[in-house]
Amino acid sequence: MNLFMFRIIILLTFINLFSITSEGSSLFETENEKARDTTTFVSRFDADNNRCFKCHGQEKYEYTNETIGKQVKDIMCSERIVRRKEFYSSNHRSFSCTDCHSEEYMKFPHSGELRMEQKYICIDCHGGDAKFAKYHFEEIDSEYRKSTHFKMENEGFSCWKCHNPHTYKITVRNSKNLKETIAYDNAICLNCHSNFSHFQLLTERKEINIIQKHDWLPKQTLHFANVRCIECHTQINNNIPVSHLIQAKDQAVKLCNECHSKNSILMASLYKFESKEQRRDGFFNGIILNASYVIGANRNEYLNLLSLIIFVCVIAIIVIHIIFRIRKNNKTY
Amino acid sequence: MYLYPKWIRVWHLINAAMFLILIVTGISMQYTDKENASYVVGFAKAVKWHNFAAIILVLNYIIFVTGNLLTNNGRYYRIGRKDFLSNLTKQFNYYSRGMFKGEKHPFPVTEERKFNPLQKLTYVLAMYVAFPLLIISGIGLLLPEITIKTFFGVSGLILTDILHITMGFLLSIFMVIHIYTCTLGAKPTSLFWGMISGYHREE
Repeated sequence: MNLFMFRIIILLTFINLFSITSEGSSLFETENEKARDTTTFVSRFDADNNRCFKCHGQEKYEYTNETIGKQVKDIMCSERIVRRKEFYSSNHRSFSCTDCHSEEYMKFPHSGELRMEQKYICIDCHGGDAKFAKYHFEEIDSEYRKSTHFKMENEGFSCWKCHNPHTYKITVRNSKNLKETIAYDNAICLNCHSNFSHFQLLTERKEINIIQKHDWLPKQTLHFANVRCIECHTQINNNIPVSHLIQAKDQAVKLCNECHSKNSILMASLYKFESKEQRRDGFFNGIILNASYVIGANRNEYLNLLSLIIFVCVIAIIVIHIIFRIRKNNKTY
Repeated sequence: MYLYPKWIRVWHLINAAMFLILIVTGISMQYTDKENASYVVGFAKAVKWHNFAAIILVLNYIIFVTGNLLTNNGRYYRIGRKDFLSNLTKQFNYYSRGMFKGEKHPFPVTEERKFNPLQKLTYVLAMYVAFPLLIISGIGLLLPEITIKTFFGVSGLILTDILHITMGFLLSIFMVIHIYTCTLGAKPTSLFWGMISGYHREE
């Protein structure tokens, strides 16, 4: 028996060590590695756009200053840099630069007046267009106007603060790798909320410490890697793909059961696009299984039923046993 | 007959207390919903208490295994191959029929034989099979970052969770049966008193 027990202990230790040494790895990885954008898109405006990218595509640019008759090297202002590769991976990749910017920009040097150019916002193109009707841009715009971003800084804030028109790409509908979507979407928030040089442009606050603010959240790193900021910081709206009503911090979700329950709000937010398949293999919220695991949200119906049956049977046997014992005692006395 | 030394009694008490906390908090984590949050322990509290009780339980388990290795108590858990099945049947028949007919206990408690064959088998399965699996899967859930992400295409955490709740459930059933069989002593309360005083009362 000692040998048997020894073998069991060795086996269990081995299993445990095996799981520990495989930190961050996957034994039989099934995630779609090809989900990354490896676009080979060629724009029909490539030649025209290249005239812009020549200077605006990187930090440094070079031009011939005709006034002084010399070749001049200069540094491009970071806000005016549009990286070619990022642009051609973005949602607006099929555009010509002059679709949104004045044709006058095709002349160099650019006229100083062009700086006064009124920039478009999302709704200018996407609003009132049947092609985009299913995305309800008007409702997104109305939600944005109710959001804390708009309320606190409506002058400085615009769609572009989160969705850079030159680089933004929809991930949630396209990516097969949910982790990638989460990281991409969270990076949008963190671009300001964890970067004080960006954050201070729109607020009077003297500091930001996102880690400290979330001290109350258990397993902070895991949460940040597995859910988007907007899961807790927006009000769910079933009419639009992604809620845009960013709420004030005191209205953020803080109750664990909002996500860790059968009616997890994640089904209406993060897993919305996959939640048509509500149950799989007897699992409530089965779709969560594909991407991650949420305690309290993944429940197996069959195991629940089986455990209930076993429990009832055990109690019934005990009750019957007690009855027989009472009968025996009555006979004895 | 002095049968339960002090360390066993203290270990048993801690084990029982922690296991009850783990059952309540475990069920709370798995089944608390927004609607019934007030009926069970809240999720955040349940997680804290579950982690706390689990760590105590693991330390207590180490004491149990070490104690069994260092003292004579380990011998009670050794299952002999000889007449293994027939002894089990005898004990089962006693519980299901014999005791109602006034038959004598087939394996009365002695200093050399604290457990009857059925007891011995369930205790060995509970303490040396289910408990280690429960602990290992519990560590996997406590530290999800070290758990295998996928195993044959299925989430490693889901498999770990299923193993954990299955072992937790089986051990809970074991506890229910264990408490009930403890009423089968000389008097319904004598085995409970035995575990408090250390002395086993003869039937």
